[in-house]
Amino acid sequence: MIVAIASGKGGTGKTLLATGLAQVLAADGLATVHLLDCDVEEPNDHLFLSPTLTRKEEVSILVPKIDLARCTFCGRCAQVCTFHALAVVQKKVLTFPQLCHGCGSCARQCASGAISEEPMRMGQLEAGDAGKIHFAQGLMDVGQAMATPVIRRLKQWAIPREAEGDPLVLLDSPPGNACSVVETLRGSDFALLVTEPTPFGLHDLEIAVELARGELKLPVGVVVNRDGVGDHGVDDFCARAGVPILLRIPLDRRIAEAYSAGALWVDAIPEYREPLRRLYREVQAQIGGGQ
Amino acid sequence: MKQSVTLSSKVDTAKSTLGATLARLTARVHSRRSLRTRSRKQWVILSGKGGTGKTTVTAALAHLAAREHQLVLADADVDAANLELLLSPTVVEEHEYVDGKVAAIDPQLCTGCGECAEVCRFGAIVAEGLNYRVDPTACGGCAACRYHCPAKAISMVDSPTGRWFRSETKLGPLFHARLYAGQESSGRLVTQVKQNARLLATEVGADLLLIDGPPGIGCPVIAATSGANLAILVAEPSVSGVHDLERILSTTRHFGVPAVVCVNKADINPAQTAQVKALCATQQVPLVGAIPFDTTVVEAMVHRQPVTQYRSSPAAVALQALWRDLEPWLEAETEQGPDRHAGRHV
Repeated sequence: MIVAIASGKGGTGKTLLATGLAQVLAADGLATVHLLDCDVEEPNDHLFLSPTLTRKEEVSILVPKIDLARCTFCGRCAQVCTFHALAVVQKKVLTFPQLCHGCGSCARQCASGAISEEPMRMGQLEAGDAGKIHFAQGLMDVGQAMATPVIRRLKQWAIPREAEGDPLVLLDSPPGNACSVVETLRGSDFALLVTEPTPFGLHDLEIAVELARGELKLPVGVVVNRDGVGDHGVDDFCARAGVPILLRIPLDRRIAEAYSAGALWVDAIPEYREPLRRLYREVQAQIGGGQ
Repeated sequence: MKQSVTLSSKVDTAKSTLGATLARLTARVHSRRSLRTRSRKQWVILSGKGGTGKTTVTAALAHLAAREHQLVLADADVDAANLELLLSPTVVEEHEYVDGKVAAIDPQLCTGCGECAEVCRFGAIVAEGLNYRVDPTACGGCAACRYHCPAKAISMVDSPTGRWFRSETKLGPLFHARLYAGQESSGRLVTQVKQNARLLATEVGADLLLIDGPPGIGCPVIAATSGANLAILVAEPSVSGVHDLERILSTTRHFGVPAVVCVNKADINPAQTAQVKALCATQQVPLVGAIPFDTTVVEAMVHRQPVTQYRSSPAAVALQALWRDLEPWLEAETEQGPDRHAGRHV
């Protein structure tokens, strides 16, 4: 079972929920938990879980390398590159690896076999255990633009194969609703959307529901964080759109203090463990009911 | 085909509408105030981590700056554009932005050989019965399959990226956008929003183009940041906030944009605020403000107002001090902003 934890707006509590849920379910033996931090631009789960990272892998994409001895300067490579990562000027071929998406079209279409592909580093993957949690994260290199290759590779690398029983895979998504979120959510069984009951939270929740339920056809449920601040907009929207609110985490100064200090809130304030166990059962029921 | 014709004519209309608007605004501005020789500035508000208060700070700075300066505003968080919620804009122009393309397989021509699925490195080709189809949410538009298909069954079709708007607000013109769910080219939509804002800012001789940035450090952030004279980084005093501040600082440095840091909710965790301060000291980045935790921020948001409308609230008082610290950067002659160490240390 793969559950993605997402939100349109940043800072609503994705990491809070992902780490809390992973910790409670793993420690209580309710599931074999794999937690993947897919927010490869700003991954934070590790700060709360302090995993012992034992495995590493570099992530790269394949970019063109031109053999000028073979090149006929026909310009076909530049013509087929949608991303303008190659240009042929007289007897020169210019490559712009930062623009390359690694599709391989140039090498494939080169009639004289003058293009080979070489890896260009985008970031790295790291994995290891944090208590009973099997943890993995991606880390995009600073200065790189594309997060999706790192997320794609992270999911291939760290999500266990079906033969390995039915573990719970939690994906901590980046914020927003662009390609990196799609890359995270695709293939999930359920999307938990974390929001806060404010106009910003509502606006971005609407977008997240449109993406997860509308575009990607995933069953969705909402977690309202900092319940008690703001207004009733989120409640009204969820009722209107038929989106279940599965958990409310109240505005609680103790949570903010634990979180800001890098402590696991469910260890600091054990009374929140049962609501998270209940959330897991709710999600299981929602997935079961949908099938 | 018909669709693309309609869209390109829409784009032409958009261009001419924008041109006319520019002329009108330029005339209005020139008649209203004397021309200034001051160089125009472009500031971007960033944070790395989401939800630290970028939009709250942007709206407050806009509100305070607009009292004495002419502004153009841009919301570069096209995934989750929230600045409009605080500025009650009236939309005066709306355009669809079509940038990307996605592959489409003609089922009549497809022979089911599966070569497209083999060349696609993005998992966007899905087997369906004896044929194949494209998952548009996975397709990045590279066209590798199109060039490879032996049956020539694949074409590239327009994939609208989103809509962008020019609005009027009490504080100045606002450029904003809405990325369609799950679209690939958010960076290019950001660039579209920013370029249009820049164009108008240059035309009307605005003192400041203020850009509310997206979270993260990747493509849309790079698009929002390029060309800025100053990045204002809003940090949160938490372990993750400090971690993410470090990454966004490395990013602005990588792209050669001077940065200043302000701490939001500074009193929530004094130890972590001290960490932010220490990070700024080692990285020689000015710390320009500390905003206390204040429930007025949410109250103002609920009432769709910049928090600085609540003039004596603790957050507003701190933001007024922040603006006083930042205003000298507006007057700086150099392209790179004033002395990096000029900020007041809190």
